Amino acid sequence: MNSDLLLQLNNISVVYSDVIQVLKGVSLSVESNRIISLLGSNGAGKTTTLKAISGLLKPENGKVTDGSVLFDGATIQNAAPEEITRRGIIQVLEGREPFKYLTIEENLKVGTATRWMKPYRKDLDMVYDYFPSLVKRRKTLAGYCSGGELQMLVMGRALMAHPKLLLLDEPSLGLAPLVVKEIFRIIRRINREQGTTIVLVEQNANMALQIAHYGYVMENGKIVMEGAAEDLRENPDVREFYLGMGAGGTSRSYKDIKSYRRRKRWL
Amino acid sequence: MRTIKFHPCGNFKEHYEQEISIFETDFGRLWMWIGLLCLFGVLPFISGEYFLYVLNMIGIAAIAALGLNILIGFTGQISLGHGAFFGVGAYAGAILATRLGMPFWLSVPAAGLVTALVGMVFGIPSGRLKGLYLTIATLAGQFIIEYILVHWESLTQGTMGITLPAATLLGMEITSDRAFFMVIYACLAGITLVTVNLMRTRFGRAFIAIRDNDRAAEGMGIPIFPYKLLSFAISSFYAGFAGALWAFYSISITTEPFNLSLSVEYIAMVIIGGLGSIPGAIFGAVFITGLNEVLRFVTDMFMQMGLSTSFGLNMAALREFAFGLAIVLFILFEPKGLAEVWRIIRSNFRLWPFSY
Amino acid sequence: MDFFLQLLVNGLSVGLLYGLSAMGFVMVFKSSSVLNFAHGELLAIGAFLFLVLSTWARLPIPAAFLMTLAGCFVLGFLVERIFLRPLIGEQLIFVIMLTVGLAAIFKGLLLFVFGGNLHTYPVFLPEGLALHLGAIYVPPVYVASSLTGIIFLVLFGLFFKFSPQGIFMRSVADNQRAALSLGVHVKKVFALSWAIAALVAGMSGIVLGIINGISVHEISAIGLKVFPVVILGGLDSIGGAIIGGIIIGLLEAFTGGYISPSLRDVVPYIVLVFILLIKPYGLFGLVEIERV
Repeated sequence: MNSDLLLQLNNISVVYSDVIQVLKGVSLSVESNRIISLLGSNGAGKTTTLKAISGLLKPENGKVTDGSVLFDGATIQNAAPEEITRRGIIQVLEGREPFKYLTIEENLKVGTATRWMKPYRKDLDMVYDYFPSLVKRRKTLAGYCSGGELQMLVMGRALMAHPKLLLLDEPSLGLAPLVVKEIFRIIRRINREQGTTIVLVEQNANMALQIAHYGYVMENGKIVMEGAAEDLRENPDVREFYLGMGAGGTSRSYKDIKSYRRRKRWL
Repeated sequence: MRTIKFHPCGNFKEHYEQEISIFETDFGRLWMWIGLLCLFGVLPFISGEYFLYVLNMIGIAAIAALGLNILIGFTGQISLGHGAFFGVGAYAGAILATRLGMPFWLSVPAAGLVTALVGMVFGIPSGRLKGLYLTIATLAGQFIIEYILVHWESLTQGTMGITLPAATLLGMEITSDRAFFMVIYACLAGITLVTVNLMRTRFGRAFIAIRDNDRAAEGMGIPIFPYKLLSFAISSFYAGFAGALWAFYSISITTEPFNLSLSVEYIAMVIIGGLGSIPGAIFGAVFITGLNEVLRFVTDMFMQMGLSTSFGLNMAALREFAFGLAIVLFILFEPKGLAEVWRIIRSNFRLWPFSY
Repeated sequence: MDFFLQLLVNGLSVGLLYGLSAMGFVMVFKSSSVLNFAHGELLAIGAFLFLVLSTWARLPIPAAFLMTLAGCFVLGFLVERIFLRPLIGEQLIFVIMLTVGLAAIFKGLLLFVFGGNLHTYPVFLPEGLALHLGAIYVPPVYVASSLTGIIFLVLFGLFFKFSPQGIFMRSVADNQRAALSLGVHVKKVFALSWAIAALVAGMSGIVLGIINGISVHEISAIGLKVFPVVILGGLDSIGGAIIGGIIIGLLEAFTGGYISPSLRDVVPYIVLVFILLIKPYGLFGLVEIERV
């Protein structure tokens, strides 16, 4: 086994409300200081995978019924989110979810919940360094900020916790292309400078594969493909389904795509 | 030719009619007839005066509890004013009988109708808001009604109370406990039948849909507000009906009993009996009324031992405490109530001796 | 005119207390969506605990006061831990019913121990605390109650604005999922909000006891007035709770003074029904910041 393996999912199954099975045996491993990207269409189980790691399944009546989640050598499946976050896993939720009635700075302070006795001045400065546009908004209620600012806010909020592993769920959701570019640049910078391991769930596969080191593709609650980011970028199936390009790099007629056949093969 | 079934073989149904049938087997129907026979033919003639009194109180409470269960258990709207509505019924019955000289058989249902109207007034906020607000509105209703009962002296004679004429039915005077037993339990049987069937209709299903998810219910084309109001009216009608029966039974009424504690008592019946279960409401009424009598007995015993004066022990405190404890324990340990306990016992018997 | 001013002063100081105790109620509701019907009993417990400590145990008044608050704090904590935590995630109806049951238990216990009679505290507020504003006389009780009320308000304001725990509590009220994802100990926040609610309720109970004397029925009935107060102010607005409390206090004082003393206790509920019919989310309910 690799010594700097930070997180390992061994064949986990997740069931919601005791009946709805969403993950059907997902295994993946994440090495330290890497960016891993998790791709897949809607409903493939990407978000559920993240929640299974961060322990946020519980409030939604979900449960890891099989398999194990290993983080830093400890099994953490079905542990309480309070405990998992204190081990250093922070998830940034899809759709941003700021505290609308708290100011930007108060939002950031909530990020220190896992270690709230310690001083946090320096961390605030660090976050403002990564996200300079938050500085002038620090006294504004988060509910009145723009989508881009909110995405930066929730990422900064997560950084305040000094996570070893950051789970980012669709950071580009609903943002302008330029802002998306900015956000991805910052994600890479965080990974490089802080040494934070990042698991990135994205629909924007092109962007995600550009900054990631390794990628997994999910379909119907299973991992159907994995590989180094460069390889995935070159893979004809991924190119066709996620990067929107035909095998030759030119757009093709719908008649030729026959995507249902391709998908079928994956299942 | 229909076959007579005495034992369900597994839980399967071939027609939708079977889903909504009252009795799963003919055995159940048989038991019902035997039960009714015992209830009317045997019980009143073997039990003494005091026991009959307790049974009558249970019967009255069961009618009111059935009403509250329609509201809380089936429609999911919590009411903290059921005691006050019971009081409205009692006073409406008394006033109709004394002022307008209405006969017994007419004034009791009329009192129910009056209460239904009053209940609907306090049910109006439910149309605009989530369940919580209705609960608060009924709490307000409880206090406002109490105040009106005490202070509208020209109508209710305030704290002096009203004395009712003796009840007559079909030319017969109903004064003895036994006669009242017959009347009360006939009403209870009738009302139970109505309730069971109500829940099998469009209305009952709409109530349950609203309880489970009011947004989804609305999406399926159920107009929420009229149905909530209807549920409220039905529940108040039952309370009023029971209240009027109670007024005639106890001959003279005052404003005192209809306080918040009474409302809590009814909630306790519904919770302990089992939310959303018709036999549950009756079990709850039996349990709480029985508990009441046991507590009365216990306090009497303490009184004789001379503990009460030195210790400040009194009936009210003990009752309050016991009801609260019963509610809390049932919620924590058997939230489905006595109805569930009964179901478990029954299925144990049915499967005996191979109960696995 | 003097009568009017007198009523104004009385109404304001009692209203401030209503507002304070409603604040605890709103806090519990905001963080855990529990509608606490045992709030009145929490007030009564505070009042009686103080009675026991100050007259039966003969502790000095400040010590008794602080110990009562500490006791209430612990009680609130325990109530959450023992009774409400098992119900997290259960249907709302059971949670509400549970608080109704708790109310009955507490009331029964108090009646059991203290009986239904009126008790009074010894007089301990110095007459020098009284204010003479022109012709109106403000009795020391009112001065003391307003002072404690304002002090508590400021303290809690600071707590929620600046302390980490205060910010965590607000974050849970705001977005429970997000708070959970950041490692905020949501259950601890629930427990803390119950503890603080009980503490504030106990404090209000003591002061109301000084003003009116203490009897179980009276004080628990006063406790139920948090409902008109919070409906008036909006169920989820702490600031609204204070303003709602003051309005209800004034309303009661004026109805009692000008119309009829017996109407005094019902008027808040009549207002409540009207508010529910006309402006359902309260006068000061939070304007929802909604983003789609």
